[in-house]
Amino acid sequence: MSTFAPYPPPSLETAEHPEQLRRVAIEPLSRVEGHGKVTLLLDENDRVHQVRLHIVEFRGFEKFIQGRPYWEVPVMVQRLCGICPVSHHLAAAKAMDQIVGAHPLTPTAEKVRRLMHYGQILQSHALHFFHLASPDLLFGFDSDPARRNIVGVAQAHPEVAKKGVLLRKFGQEVIRVTAGKRVHGTGAIPGGVNKSLSLAERDALLKDIYQTIAWCREAVHLARRLYEQNPQLYNEFGRIDAHQLALIRADGAMDLYHGGLRARSRDGQTLFDHLDYNHYWEHIFEEVKPWSYMKFPFLRALGPEAGWYRVGPLARVALCDFIPTPFADQERREFLAWAEGAAAGSTLGTHWARMIEMLHAAEVIKDLLHDPDILGEELVTRGERQERGIGIIEAPRGTLIHHYRVNEEDVVTRCNLIVSTTHNNQAMNESIRQVARRYLDGRRLTEGLLNHIEVAIRAFDPCLSCATHALGRMPLMVELIDAQGRSVDRLTRDASAAC
Amino acid sequence: MNMDVRPSFLLDGEEIPFEPGQTVIQAALTAGHYIPHLCYHPEFVPHGSCKLCTVKANGRPAAACTLPAQAGLEVESETEELNDLRRTLVQMLFAEGNHFCPACEKSGNCVLQALGYDLGVMTAGFRHFFLDRPVDASHPDILLDFNRCVLCKLCVRASEEVDGKGVFSLAGRGISRRLIVSAESGRLADTDIAVTDKAVEVCPVGVIIRKHIGFQTPIGRRRYDVRPISAQALEDAPRKPEARHG
Repeated sequence: MSTFAPYPPPSLETAEHPEQLRRVAIEPLSRVEGHGKVTLLLDENDRVHQVRLHIVEFRGFEKFIQGRPYWEVPVMVQRLCGICPVSHHLAAAKAMDQIVGAHPLTPTAEKVRRLMHYGQILQSHALHFFHLASPDLLFGFDSDPARRNIVGVAQAHPEVAKKGVLLRKFGQEVIRVTAGKRVHGTGAIPGGVNKSLSLAERDALLKDIYQTIAWCREAVHLARRLYEQNPQLYNEFGRIDAHQLALIRADGAMDLYHGGLRARSRDGQTLFDHLDYNHYWEHIFEEVKPWSYMKFPFLRALGPEAGWYRVGPLARVALCDFIPTPFADQERREFLAWAEGAAAGSTLGTHWARMIEMLHAAEVIKDLLHDPDILGEELVTRGERQERGIGIIEAPRGTLIHHYRVNEEDVVTRCNLIVSTTHNNQAMNESIRQVARRYLDGRRLTEGLLNHIEVAIRAFDPCLSCATHALGRMPLMVELIDAQGRSVDRLTRDASAAC
Repeated sequence: MNMDVRPSFLLDGEEIPFEPGQTVIQAALTAGHYIPHLCYHPEFVPHGSCKLCTVKANGRPAAACTLPAQAGLEVESETEELNDLRRTLVQMLFAEGNHFCPACEKSGNCVLQALGYDLGVMTAGFRHFFLDRPVDASHPDILLDFNRCVLCKLCVRASEEVDGKGVFSLAGRGISRRLIVSAESGRLADTDIAVTDKAVEVCPVGVIIRKHIGFQTPIGRRRYDVRPISAQALEDAPRKPEARHG
């Protein structure tokens, strides 16, 4: 062990003497949305001194939306992302509802938007579980990287892969009939929507909804089975004790479209509940760190050191009092009760929770398809013009905040976006540090070991594109640099995960 | 047996009858033959600036919107050579402005975009200028987004000829040519433009925008979602022969 770098360090965020340490970079991360990298600083004995998740893209939507007319915002900002554009589209539309004084929306507008949103939840969760995460879970974290991908899943488990693809397709179809296009539509406009469903559109979706629900139930059971096959690993892998934050409906139910904010501390205390989200900025602050383009939000009352928290499926399933659809609520109760709550605090339990939410989304879609309001003709409402608009929604990855100011000439003068992945920034960093301590510390690095880091990140389903306001395929490059900064070795993996 | 005794010219080998005073494009559209165009509008004096309607008349290039129809003329329009030049012109128009179709409320209703699709423009072709052009949002009902101007002069013509107001002008020369508002302040709020003016309606791209109503037409029901511009232009063409030209 180096005499200059004491071990163990108090935190793995910043090494005391980085100049004496070897740097290993996992760059870019694979099977996540967007571009990011993880850097590790190791001493000569392969002891880990520093672990950081970096977001290396910068997109700047908050700046270039300035000067644009407010009605353009829901369509423009959704270009942040190709996976969850609907979330940005709807969060911005909710903010613009406030700008045009539209409250409440017409029943048709509210329900068509909800249909769009739950279609988005369904397709995004299916994409993440089947396409991105399932290769690790089905084959093992350090299995042959040549088959640790969706193609490998399709070869080894064709039925699983097929259902994943068709579930996503159904969600995309829900989006198409509500927004006009599967990706980057225009359905939500300030004060409402620009279309409702035709009978033919509704009937086409109804034809497939019961099969969709059945497959979603199977997916929950698959996620549970994978967890139960190796409970010790799943319970402890990347586990962190985090405060949690989510939108909750007024009666305590899970509601991914609208509600008040609920935050609970890691020891189970309610920090705030049913908080009017128009006041989020009084309770959530953001910290900037020089080594990442992604900010670090924290709960103001707890400060930047202790106030970091988790959002997303695990937080939502744990924080809600119930899920207002029967199959999903049954699964929620079993999830929370499993091994006295062991899965409900586990990073890899997020996959199980995510599938419960996907089932919930399918059930909500079914209920909405049976609601005649989605066929209605009253699409838009208006009220007294406002200067400030805040829209918060539970996106697939977690709480999404859009905050705008619009001047008297109808153009945006200020924009602040706090996306789900940004909320989870510190939680992801803490989780990969735990993995580094447990699995990498003191060992010779291999591709499989490095993938452990990515498995922890993937559990959060981060969207690094959204978080920095980047799209692309994510091959992996690991570079070994010696203490003098010389490149000793480099390992590159292409997008098909072949070394 | 053809009983039409009007004079005619040949367009891509087909006989096009015309009334004296008609231009080639007027006669062609009336007869159900599309010639791509942008700055030409059947209600206004031809301007001949965009050059998209360039044809070969007796082997020589000419703008079909300003070329008087003449008996015996042999006109080529639907040729790969001419369409290739038209694609280049469209690419240049895109490069000169800031045309972000994905977030533009005129998308689906935009003549420039529709021409791009119809002509098969698949690439940018040129480096974009990325000019810095702030919007003029000063008017309570109308927004001007100069980023999208293609200098067709239709708003200038409509404001002068139909609205009788002269709200818009073109200033500068060559690459500095630009649309301006004819007010001392240069702001639209300081003009007498009204949302019902022909100048507001006639803009073929997304420069002159009625505020608050963007994206109200769903995808699938926008003008060029329903049919391509080559079919829509024939739908819009005057049923009776028109004799008006410059």
